[in-house]
Amino acid sequence: MERTEAELIAAVLKGDAASFEPLVQKYSPRVFATARRYARRDSEVEDIAQEVWLKAFEKLGSFRGEAPFEHWLMRMTVRTCYDFLRGHQRNRESSFSDLSEPENDWLERFVAAPESAGEDADAARLLIQRVLEKLSPQARLVITLLEIEDRPVKEISQLTGWSVPLVKVRAFRARAEMRKILAKMAKDKYL
Amino acid sequence: MNLVELQKRLIVAARKNVPSDRVPYAFEKRVTALLAGRVAPQRLDAWVHGLWRAALSCVAVAVVCVAVAMLVPAPVSNAADLSQDLDSTLLASVDQTDQVQ
Repeated sequence: MERTEAELIAAVLKGDAASFEPLVQKYSPRVFATARRYARRDSEVEDIAQEVWLKAFEKLGSFRGEAPFEHWLMRMTVRTCYDFLRGHQRNRESSFSDLSEPENDWLERFVAAPESAGEDADAARLLIQRVLEKLSPQARLVITLLEIEDRPVKEISQLTGWSVPLVKVRAFRARAEMRKILAKMAKDKYL
Repeated sequence: MNLVELQKRLIVAARKNVPSDRVPYAFEKRVTALLAGRVAPQRLDAWVHGLWRAALSCVAVAVVCVAVAMLVPAPVSNAADLSQDLDSTLLASVDQTDQVQ
């Protein structure tokens, strides 16, 4: 008979580390999908996921069981991704002069006729990836959670540990930061 | 260039680009193996912590004993009295025998 999550967690807390494996198996797809929002390389994504599970194992004693395990784990995942962003800010200072040909074409199409530049294009995905990499860790996290994943402010507050007003302030600043980066991109390209 | 519109378009592009939830082969096995490796050192750590605590307690007791020995005034040296005491203790049985006779 398959054991419930609560039984598995209780067994892990009693010292049976093998009972952790079904939890890792069940929730790893969500952890990986979240990590891929913030890291591009497979090795980095795997490092984040591994870090999440090691932290989850070490801090399992603090899981009270009041909320679902998945929520607790996702909080840990988002915070680990944020730590990763803070530790990997290498691409933030680079310029936009090295845009690829498809990216340049997409931007020129957008300038000529915005409606002709489709959002489905790979070039648009590459461009937004570049822009996100230039954002500060806080701005990137809040833009990803609020604008891209379309999560409510209250949920973001729970995931990040920031207060609701702080999330709103950081969202406002993040949008402004993103516009500034887009302005720099336009300047690098056309001036 | 309309930056607000560009921002909206790029956000929509990002929304449409849903990241894969693919998990590398045998990832859960690797994590469990890592955890098993961590559990054993944790048990060893408990022993090491215990031994360190015991060692520190011993040092603390030794320091207190030394402090007491240094602070409490030593009794006045009376080596002569001590030797007489030793003699009388050793010869007590002989004295007793003499008295009985």
